[in-house]
Amino acid sequence: MVPVNYYIVLSAILFTIGAVGVLTRRNALIIFMSVELMLNSANLAFVAFSSVIKSFTGQIFVFFVIAVAAAEVAVGLALIVEIFKSKRSIDVDQMSSLKG
Amino acid sequence: MSLDLIFFLLLSLISISTALGMLLSRNAVHSALFLVLNFVTVAVFYLLLGAPFIAMAQITVYAGAIMVLFLFVIMLLGAESIAGEFNWRKAAFPGLLAAMLAVEATAIFLTRARPVGDVAQPDASVNTMTNLRALGEALFTQYLLPFEVTSILLLVAMIGAIVLVRKEKRVP
Repeated sequence: MVPVNYYIVLSAILFTIGAVGVLTRRNALIIFMSVELMLNSANLAFVAFSSVIKSFTGQIFVFFVIAVAAAEVAVGLALIVEIFKSKRSIDVDQMSSLKG
Repeated sequence: MSLDLIFFLLLSLISISTALGMLLSRNAVHSALFLVLNFVTVAVFYLLLGAPFIAMAQITVYAGAIMVLFLFVIMLLGAESIAGEFNWRKAAFPGLLAAMLAVEATAIFLTRARPVGDVAQPDASVNTMTNLRALGEALFTQYLLPFEVTSILLLVAMIGAIVLVRKEKRVP
């Protein structure tokens, strides 16, 4: 039997790697993938806890999170394509037109 | 050490190393492929936790649909290696902060948290069909409203994506 703490620690590590990706990478697509990784690690924690308390609520929440992630990716990638068309770059440091 | 634990450690090793590969690789296509592998290992974790439906949804939606969309956009933009490769010097401070976060979270979960017990083993009584039936019943009775709202959300996202990439038509 695997203690649930191990799953939570794994989830924390994956979340941290995702956070590092968002903080350090400058490629908008990689930042987006890191966000997906963070969502995924939260899902893992949900399923682990729902398995411990033997309830479906966590799994249903994960289902909704997956749906929201799909919607987010569709809109976000459309935005990235538009930004690339106008700026010829997806470096987030160059998206500073609105900076005062 | 039980077989379960060895399997878990092996899988988590794969999962963490693919996540690091996603973070560190210079080529965006390689990053995307590493992330697909990571999603598949997480799906195996879901199977181990007795959630086969979520595991399959993970593979079809995440590893299938979302990552294919990512790869499609990367190749469409030719963005394999433009700008923003990993810069160790810039990454030092955020990396330090994140390492502190990781150590803190791990320490809290390993020392402070009360032992809430082991994860349920997917035994013979929790086979795929009973799991699916119970999940479906909960989804269409107790959680019917969020489920319907999700469909509206997906519709809005679809319309939003179409509006965003549509060519502006000049109105005379």
